[in-house]
Amino acid sequence: MDLSVRIGPLTLKNPVIAASGCFGYGVEYADVVDLSILGGVAVKGLFLAAREGHPPERIVETPAGMLNAIGLQGIGVHRFIKERLPELRDRRATVIVNICGSTLDEYVELARILSDADGVAALELNISCPNIKEGGITFGCSLTGTYDVVSAVKHVTPLPVIPKLTPNVTDVASFARAAEDAGADAVSLVNTFLAMAIDVETRRPKLSNIVGGLSGPAIRPIAVRMVYECRRTVKIPVIGMGGIASATDAIEFMIAGAAAVQVGTANFVDPFIWTKLLDGIRDYMQRHAIARVADITGTIDTSAREKEWISS
Amino acid sequence: MPVDVEARVIRNTRLSPDYNVIALAAPEIAAATAPGQFVMVKPGRGSAPLLRRPFSVFEILRPSGRIDGLTLLSKRVGVTTQMLFEAVEGDVVSCLGPLGKPYSAVDPPAEAWMVAGGVGLAPFATLAEVLRARGTSVTLFYGARASRDLFYLDWFRERGVRLSLATEDGSLGDHGRVTLPLERALRDAAGRDVRIYACGPEPMLEAVAHVAATFQRPSEVSVERVMACGLGGCYSCVIPIRDGPKGHHYVRSCLGGPVFAGDRIAWDAH
Repeated sequence: MDLSVRIGPLTLKNPVIAASGCFGYGVEYADVVDLSILGGVAVKGLFLAAREGHPPERIVETPAGMLNAIGLQGIGVHRFIKERLPELRDRRATVIVNICGSTLDEYVELARILSDADGVAALELNISCPNIKEGGITFGCSLTGTYDVVSAVKHVTPLPVIPKLTPNVTDVASFARAAEDAGADAVSLVNTFLAMAIDVETRRPKLSNIVGGLSGPAIRPIAVRMVYECRRTVKIPVIGMGGIASATDAIEFMIAGAAAVQVGTANFVDPFIWTKLLDGIRDYMQRHAIARVADITGTIDTSAREKEWISS
Repeated sequence: MPVDVEARVIRNTRLSPDYNVIALAAPEIAAATAPGQFVMVKPGRGSAPLLRRPFSVFEILRPSGRIDGLTLLSKRVGVTTQMLFEAVEGDVVSCLGPLGKPYSAVDPPAEAWMVAGGVGLAPFATLAEVLRARGTSVTLFYGARASRDLFYLDWFRERGVRLSLATEDGSLGDHGRVTLPLERALRDAAGRDVRIYACGPEPMLEAVAHVAATFQRPSEVSVERVMACGLGGCYSCVIPIRDGPKGHHYVRSCLGGPVFAGDRIAWDAH
């Protein structure tokens, strides 16, 4: 059984990636997960400098999901390279570094620095975080901004570049196309949906940042639709995410068109989910006599349904 | 290293219309738990609730000498605690742990003063056992709204723990907050080596840390912040830790805590 998938020039050992912002820097989970069994580890979004993030409350649970407004608390790229990357390398993790910039120059500088670091497999461009005012999403919500940042980063790095797209736009697929036109090796989607929740007793927002990003099973059908639309629009691989909590969910995204998937919120609920996902994918392949997992991608059957006689 | 156990409910004891003690068959976790550590709990498999919730381990169960489970002290405030309140023997609760940094137990001649507010009693059963096994003198300062919200008093007495109680309605012990008897005892404890441990609502922890500092005694407080994962992945449970006299930085309470030295927390920040 071949679980490997190709993301542009990058080959992942399987299609299951830990989503950025939901897995710390990976090393936090090294006690409970063998990081080398994952298709990839997308580490928490990094700026050049360390950031404190927003004051609590930073999360709140909502029906079948959660809102978060962490504010990209982080140690900055230099400490990451010095203090976290060596352990990720030692543990043979396939490291996808998620980078965020307040300016185009910051993305470029981060890409340069990480291109020289040992043990980075790919760069994911965070142009979609809904929780910070400066940078990031201002690129991700403009087609020219998306084009410009991808293009600028591609010029300075030999690493595969994967812009992470926001769903908070009218037509995600047009952003995937802008990214492809700018030379992106793949796109990943979706980041969280901008949302809010209010305590009606106190009339106060439940998050200190007032608004936050919705993730979890609640968003899954919308994310599947967006992955499907992007797959129909671009030729580069699409990495799908949004509420995946089981192998069935992962396969649904792949059938819709995802070459690989990321899992975030479900890891909070079950940090041991990774082997269950991989076992479930293998089980599906066995049941459907599929030798290569990559053959699942984009196999959605939209032909007219035939009536089936199912004897019970 | 934490483990995830699909723990069977051994029994569920209602202490009051709000409080219950639920016993879970999670011997692996119980055997590895140090006082002050916590577990991430999820009753049921669905998405309501979606996320686990953190609970201090209350008791380690050793009915015949061998550890066969642990208990949680729970107060009904939300979806998870409601389900834990209603759970019956044989139900299954996902239990991930043990997690976090424990209290540091002191040896005699130092004395241990544990300060609990409401459901913040939870970590002190295991701490009391560990301290008494070391021969350390232990006092529990325990406050609640009313006498009907004070539990396990005989349990602590039987283990040689001195009790000092306070209720906000004056129905038992001192009339007022638990810091009232604590301050009085500290005034009478000149020259004695006292270590203060606290768990309860954050304003109480702040007050206890302040009183401890005033009397120049070290304090360790267990904080409870909204937490999604318990393993350092989500960055939601942060607590502001002092940097010098003015600044602070956020530390994940699941990894850096939940137990912190009371004077390290920047109480005036968020």
